[in-house]
Amino acid sequence: MTQWIDIAALVDIPRQGARVVKTAQGCVAVFRTLDDHVFALEDRCPHKGGPLSEGIVHGHKVTCPLHNWVFDMNTGEAQGADNGQVGTFTAKVEAGRIYLDATQLMARSAA
Amino acid sequence: MKKKLVVIGAGMASGRMLEHLFEANADYDVTLFNAEPRGNYNRLMLSPVLSGEKTYEQIVTHDDAWYAENGVTCRFGEKVTGIDRDRKVVIGENGEVAYDKLVIGTGSNPFIIPLPGHDLKGVIPYRDLEDTQSMMDLGAKPGSKAVVIGGGLLGLEAAAGMAARGVEVTVVHIMGHLMERQLDEAAGYLLRKSLGEKGIKVMCKANSKEILADENGHVRALLLDDGTELPCDLLVMAVGIRPNTKLGAEAGLAVGKGIHVDDQMVTSDPDILSLGECVEHNGAIFGLVAPLYDQARVLANTLMGIEDAFKNKEVSTKLKVTGCDLFSAGDFAEGEGREDIVFRDPARGVYKRLILQGNKVIGAVMYGDTADGAWFYNHIKEGTDVAEMRDTLIFGPAYQGGAAADPLSAVAALPADAEICGCNGVCKGKIVDAINGGATTLDGVRATTKASNSCGTCTGLVEQVLAVTLGEDFVMPTSQPICKCSDHTHEDVRRLIKAQELKSMPAVFQELAWKTVDGCHVCRPALNYYLLADWPLDYQDDPQSRFINERKHANIQKDGTFSVVPRMWGGMTTSDELRAIADVVDKFKIPTVHVTGGQRIDLLGVKGEDLPEVWSDLNKAGMVSGHAYSKGLRTVKTCVGKDHCRFGTQDSTGLGINLEKALWGSWTPHKVKLAVSGCPRNCAEATCKDIGVVCVDSGYEIGIAGAAGMDVKETEAFHKAASEEEVLEYVQAVMQLYRENAKYLDRIYKWVNKVGLDWVKEQVADEANRKALVERFLISQSVYQKDPWAEHVEKEQARYTPMANLMMEAAE
Ligand code: SRM
Ligand SMILES: Cc1cc2nc3c(=O)[nH]c(=O)nc-3n(C[C@H](O)[C@H](O)[C@H](O)COP(=O)(O)OP(=O)(O)OC[C@H]3O[C@@H](n4cnc5c(N)ncnc54)[C@H](O)[C@@H]3O)c2cc1C
Ligand code: SF4
Ligand code: FES
Repeated sequence: MTQWIDIAALVDIPRQGARVVKTAQGCVAVFRTLDDHVFALEDRCPHKGGPLSEGIVHGHKVTCPLHNWVFDMNTGEAQGADNGQVGTFTAKVEAGRIYLDATQLMARSAA
Repeated sequence: MKKKLVVIGAGMASGRMLEHLFEANADYDVTLFNAEPRGNYNRLMLSPVLSGEKTYEQIVTHDDAWYAENGVTCRFGEKVTGIDRDRKVVIGENGEVAYDKLVIGTGSNPFIIPLPGHDLKGVIPYRDLEDTQSMMDLGAKPGSKAVVIGGGLLGLEAAAGMAARGVEVTVVHIMGHLMERQLDEAAGYLLRKSLGEKGIKVMCKANSKEILADENGHVRALLLDDGTELPCDLLVMAVGIRPNTKLGAEAGLAVGKGIHVDDQMVTSDPDILSLGECVEHNGAIFGLVAPLYDQARVLANTLMGIEDAFKNKEVSTKLKVTGCDLFSAGDFAEGEGREDIVFRDPARGVYKRLILQGNKVIGAVMYGDTADGAWFYNHIKEGTDVAEMRDTLIFGPAYQGGAAADPLSAVAALPADAEICGCNGVCKGKIVDAINGGATTLDGVRATTKASNSCGTCTGLVEQVLAVTLGEDFVMPTSQPICKCSDHTHEDVRRLIKAQELKSMPAVFQELAWKTVDGCHVCRPALNYYLLADWPLDYQDDPQSRFINERKHANIQKDGTFSVVPRMWGGMTTSDELRAIADVVDKFKIPTVHVTGGQRIDLLGVKGEDLPEVWSDLNKAGMVSGHAYSKGLRTVKTCVGKDHCRFGTQDSTGLGINLEKALWGSWTPHKVKLAVSGCPRNCAEATCKDIGVVCVDSGYEIGIAGAAGMDVKETEAFHKAASEEEVLEYVQAVMQLYRENAKYLDRIYKWVNKVGLDWVKEQVADEANRKALVERFLISQSVYQKDPWAEHVEKEQARYTPMANLMMEAAE
């Protein structure tokens, strides 16, 4: 079951930027792309734990700040020659507000 | 007896509905109210009337004869003031009319921002013939000025129409680019460029503050937030529309954003129907005419007892401004799992972008060449599976089913007189002749024909002509493109940014034919640097195009914490500074303190959230950022010099501090480190720095292009100066030369290796040139020499804190 929680306003994140949401299980990076799409990803790079929220956002991709792995934010999969996947969360924007699914955020440690 | 139908509003939607009724000879007696003193006309065509391409008479949809023929009782120029649902009567200004069925088609109201002065004379919206007439009248007065607030469809049509009548028009738009609801940034850039060519001034990200009046209570100027005053004789506000729901709401109908209607266009009262911009259907409201025509058909059918249902469809937009060819349809602003296909042709000012989801096109934005718009729009509406034609999709229907396009065969097919280089007017035949005459390289062709020698956008074409003419003998040059988003090398990009005066990221992407929408982590930081270095006063630094260290002004560590390095001018410090450092270490429990190889102190392991507070404390003790993270000035190492040392010849510490004070804050292609030693014993290691000064009895020996990182290299003698002032002048000049010319991520020694030390010396030795370089450096410093810490503590706190903390909720 989806249980939407209102996180913040879309404008709280700069375009091509990210902000972090703290949860009991760790940080979730919430990205806003140039075309105002919002993605929520685990804020830990599967390579060596780099904070993806600090990466450069381009298209629907983000580049990890530590060693430049590139992830497709739709699937969380590493691109090119790198192998790995970062957890993704459902996010939506409605009337200028960003929502995350609370059930997913809580289920995360079990998954 | 015929049933009585009353219609409120003789607009485009209700007009079409009446046509359906009369064509089917429906059994209704119609009374039509309209607040405007006229019947139905084609509102869309007000813009061509404004620009002088049409007359009002040409856009009338229903004339008096039509109404008479269909027996419509016209009550034009009469506003309906209320609906009495119990008695089933409509109350007009001149009396009541009873209805069996009522249709509300009142359209929408232009939104007026309640700025101070919004009710002055000369402040108008753009909705009807009266507004259009006011704008046309302005055109009759020579030298008149207008300001349009709103860079959307309506605002731009108003602006273009007035400009066509000779009015000096400025468009003030609050968002970053024009028509942001229909266009992406790239298309917005092209649109702005075309409008500029028509003499329309566009100001984006501009916030209106107040409308100023003259002594007669007439608008005189618009005042912006930043203090700019834009004088005007007429101010047009075109910032959006709101459904006109007043009558419905007052009559107690269900109303949300618009008057609620079901699929049959019936409101919450079964005898009252509604259509057009005043309604809300399934949460959607309307602002374009296409869906309204569907509503008109459905509503007419409902009135005649024929089953029908309204379904909202994708809409497409075109701007009716001659010479601005744009098209936008579908969804390009939101959606799950999408991909882009981008095509740009800078020479023709063409941009096309398709947005795909799975194997379907869900959106299209095009500028410059919109011929295929309808074809894409159709695929969007139909949800066509485009997997098969994906590779050639962007080229439109003409390319489908044929062989994949081969650029070389296209060039081979060009006639000899086809122009290749627009700047220098060089045609294909001339290039082929030059090649046959021995110019077998790009440089050779450039030297003999001048093709590709100016703006350079035709370089690819020239190379293709070389390839076609020489066949196997031609090897494409191996110069590396900047990244996968572009075919241009760094050097080309730098040259083109200057030559074509490209001053924004979208301008570069379009004019240099970028293959992605917004670049990538490789090209964006480089472009951001090139733009800010070449246009310090015009370009606005883009933090999102910077590597994290430069965005957060601290070095990211392997565990995601940061390091903080305050500046210690020339490696000097004081007990107060050391105490303040000690205090922040204690206060924020900073785990590691290290004395760096750059003569200062590094605080390592600071939590991202603590950064602003750490900085604020250090700022209070007078310290600023050391830019230990930047492609910019790092450290100026010094030795103690003649104040203390028995061998010292000059004040090396003082000179180091002066150099650091002059250079700090500047952004450079890669980091820049300096050192000043007091004598040739060189304790400050000045001979392995990017720029190093060794003091001697007779003055100062400046060396450049040293290195002691991955490569170790001694500096090369650059200039011998007689005074400190001379040192400063030469160092600033060479810094600026490096800033303006080097490839991003080339240290000075790599750059000098490419361009040659002699060239660098020549440029700086020339006095006029040197002074000009210093002047440009100082202009840049006037913008960029500021402490980012103070600024971020004050304005950017939010970047460092989590956006939300769900620890509590998630734990429950
Ligand atoms: C802190 C410091 C080591 C120390 O504790 O002493 C240091 C630390 C780093 N250096 Fe360095 N360098 C430090 C002095 C040097 C020096 C010595 C100097 O400046 O006199 C050199 C050799 C001189 C030179 O630059 O040519 C040096 C050559 C490098 C290089 C190689 C550069 C090259 O072009 O060859 C890199 C890698 C790079 O920049 O791409 C590098 C990169 C780094 C980075 C930024 C690695 C990174 O990207 O994360 C390290 C950041 C640590 C951190 O988180 O704070 N560091 N680094 C020194 C800071 C000086 C300062 O006060 O700002
Ligand atoms: C300059 C301009 C350019 C446009 N260009 C385009 C375009 O290119 N493409 C596109 O799809 N759309 C365009 N539009 C939008 C399009 O014109 C509207 O979507 C359409 O006209 C809406 O039709 P409607 O019948 O709902 O309302 P309207 O056509 O506005 O008609 C409503 C009528 O109701 C009357 N009325 C309101 N209240 C009362 C009352 N209480 N009593 C009596 N009468 C009342 C009003 O006076 C008005 O005449 C443009 C609009 C403008 C202003
Ligand atoms: S030498 Fe420089 S880059 Fe290498 S580990 Fe030490 S600080 Fe890091
Ligand atoms: S930790 Fe992300 S790329 Fe290495």
